[in-house]
Amino acid sequence: MNPLLLFVFVLAIYLGVYLINKVPSQLHTPLMSGSNAISGITIVGAMIAAGHADGGPIVTVLGTLAVVAATINVVGGYLVTERMLGMFKTGKGN
Amino acid sequence: MESLQTFAYIGASVLFIIGLQMLGRAETAKRGNRVSALGMLVALVATLYFEAGLDFTWILVGLVVGAAIGAVAARRVQMTGMPEMVALLNGSGGLASLLVGWAEYARADRIAPFPAFAIVLTVLIGGLAATGSIVAFLKLSGRMDGKPIQFAGQKTVNGAILAIGLLAGAVLVVDAILAAGLPGGVVIVAFAVVLAVALVLGVMAVLPIGGADMPIVVSLLNSYSGIAAAAAGFVIDNNVLVVAGSLVGASGLILTNIMCKAMNRSLANVLFGGFGATVTAGSAAVQGEVKPLTPDDAYYILEAASSVVVVPGYGMAVAQAQHAVKELADQLTKAGAEVRYAIHPVAGRMPGHMNVLLAEANVPYEQLVEPDDVNPTMEMVDVAIVIGANDVVNPAAKEDESSPLYGMPIIEVDRARTCFVLKRSMNPGFSGVDNSLFLKDNTRMIFGDAKATLTAMVAAFKEV
Repeated sequence: MNPLLLFVFVLAIYLGVYLINKVPSQLHTPLMSGSNAISGITIVGAMIAAGHADGGPIVTVLGTLAVVAATINVVGGYLVTERMLGMFKTGKGN
Repeated sequence: MESLQTFAYIGASVLFIIGLQMLGRAETAKRGNRVSALGMLVALVATLYFEAGLDFTWILVGLVVGAAIGAVAARRVQMTGMPEMVALLNGSGGLASLLVGWAEYARADRIAPFPAFAIVLTVLIGGLAATGSIVAFLKLSGRMDGKPIQFAGQKTVNGAILAIGLLAGAVLVVDAILAAGLPGGVVIVAFAVVLAVALVLGVMAVLPIGGADMPIVVSLLNSYSGIAAAAAGFVIDNNVLVVAGSLVGASGLILTNIMCKAMNRSLANVLFGGFGATVTAGSAAVQGEVKPLTPDDAYYILEAASSVVVVPGYGMAVAQAQHAVKELADQLTKAGAEVRYAIHPVAGRMPGHMNVLLAEANVPYEQLVEPDDVNPTMEMVDVAIVIGANDVVNPAAKEDESSPLYGMPIIEVDRARTCFVLKRSMNPGFSGVDNSLFLKDNTRMIFGDAKATLTAMVAAFKEV
C-alpha cells in the first residue's frame, strides 16, 4: 500500500467538507444525486476485476455484476441530476 | 504507461473537485454536473486504455447492461419518485463497492494486512449502504410501512451483530498478518460472516428510522456509498477512487449535519432514537377550537391578500399537488399578491425534496425562501398556506418546553395574519405531537385532499 494514499484521503475529506459547506437548500437534491454519481467511481475497480481473467470465473462474475451496479449508479445519477437541474428556472424567462 | 494512467486519474480527480464545487452554486450547477461526468469519462477511458491485460468482453457487457438500466430509470422516474430513485442509485453504488471488495478478495492468493483491512471495511460499508438503501427505497415508495420498526433490545442486538462482523474481519486481518497462516476453512467462514453482517446491518440500521427522518438517512447513506468507494480505492491502491469517494463521503456528512441541525437533533438521536415511535402525548394539552373553512370562503380571504406565503410539506408530494399550487400562485399573482414559498430544509423525504417538486411545476427559484428569511417578515404576511406540512410549522417548537419538538427551527406561520392549513384530517404529524397551530385564533383548517382543495380555489378565482 502506498502511504501517500492516506494523505490523499485526509486532504480529500477536508476538501469535501469545505466545498459543500454553504450550499443553498434548493440544490440539496441535485447535489446529493450528483455526488452519488461520483461515488460510482468504484466502476474503475469493477472493470479491473471483470477484465482480469486470471482470477477465475468467480472473480469475473463478481466483477461483471459490480460493473453493472456501478454503471447504473453513474449513468442514472448523472442523468437524473441533469434532468433536475434542467427544471430549475429563474423567473426572468417569464 | 502506468504514470500516464496515474496522471489521467489525477485529472479526473480535479474534474470531480471542480464539478462538485460548481454543483454547489445555482448559476453553475448544471455545468458542474457535466464537468464531474467528464471526470468520470476520463477515469473510465484511462482504465480501459492503460490498465494492462484487460479482457473487454465482460466489461462491455456490464457497461451496456448497466447503462441501459440507469438511462431508462433516470428517464422514466417521476419527480415525486425522486427520493426512492436516489435511494436505489445509492444502493447500487454501495453494492458495486461491496462486489469490488469481494472480487479482490477472491482474486488474490495472498493478501497483505492493510488491503485485507480495507477489504473488510469496503464490504461492511458497501453492504450497509446497499441493503440500507433498499429498505429506505421500500419505505419511501410505500411498499413498506414508513413507521419506525422497533423492538426491545434492538440496540443490543445491532451492537452484537456489528461486533460479530468486526470480529470476523479481525480474523481476516490476522490471517493476512500471519501470511495465510490460519486454516482455509476458518477464513472462508470469516469472510462469509463479514458479508452477511454487512447486508443484515443495513436492514437493521434503517428499520427503526421513520418517514420524516428519511432526509437524514438518505444523505447519510449517500455518504456511506462514498466512503465505501474510498475504501475500495485503498483495496486496489487507486488514487481517483480515494479522492472521489472521500469527497462524496464528506459532502454527504455535511448534508446530513445540515438536516440534523434543521431538526435540532443529534445524528445519534435520529439513528437510534426512533423519534415517532417513542413519543407519548406528554406535553401540555392544546386548548382551542378547530375553525374549518371551505375553499370558496378561502377565496374571499385570498382575493384580498397582498402577501402570501406557501409552506409545502410531504403532504404536497403525496397529493402530487405541486402543479395545483403553482396554478393558485399564478392566480394570486394576477390578483396583485406577492407569492413566496417557504421551504423548511427537512420538509419532505429527502434534502431539497420540495424544491425539486416546485421546480417541476415551473416555480422560479427566486420565489423559494428559507425559514430564516421569511420568519422576520411574517407579521406582514396576509395569508400563509400550509400544504401537507405539520411538524415544521408547529408552534410548540418555540412555546412548549416539554414538547419533543422544542428547539427545532420552524416556519412561524402562526404569526401570519391568517393561516390556512390544508390537511386530510386532524391527525398529528410524523412526530406524533399535537399541533397547536390548528387551534390558533388566526388558523383556518381546510380539510380534504390538497390537490382538490387547491383546484377548487383556482376555480373560484377563475369564476370571477
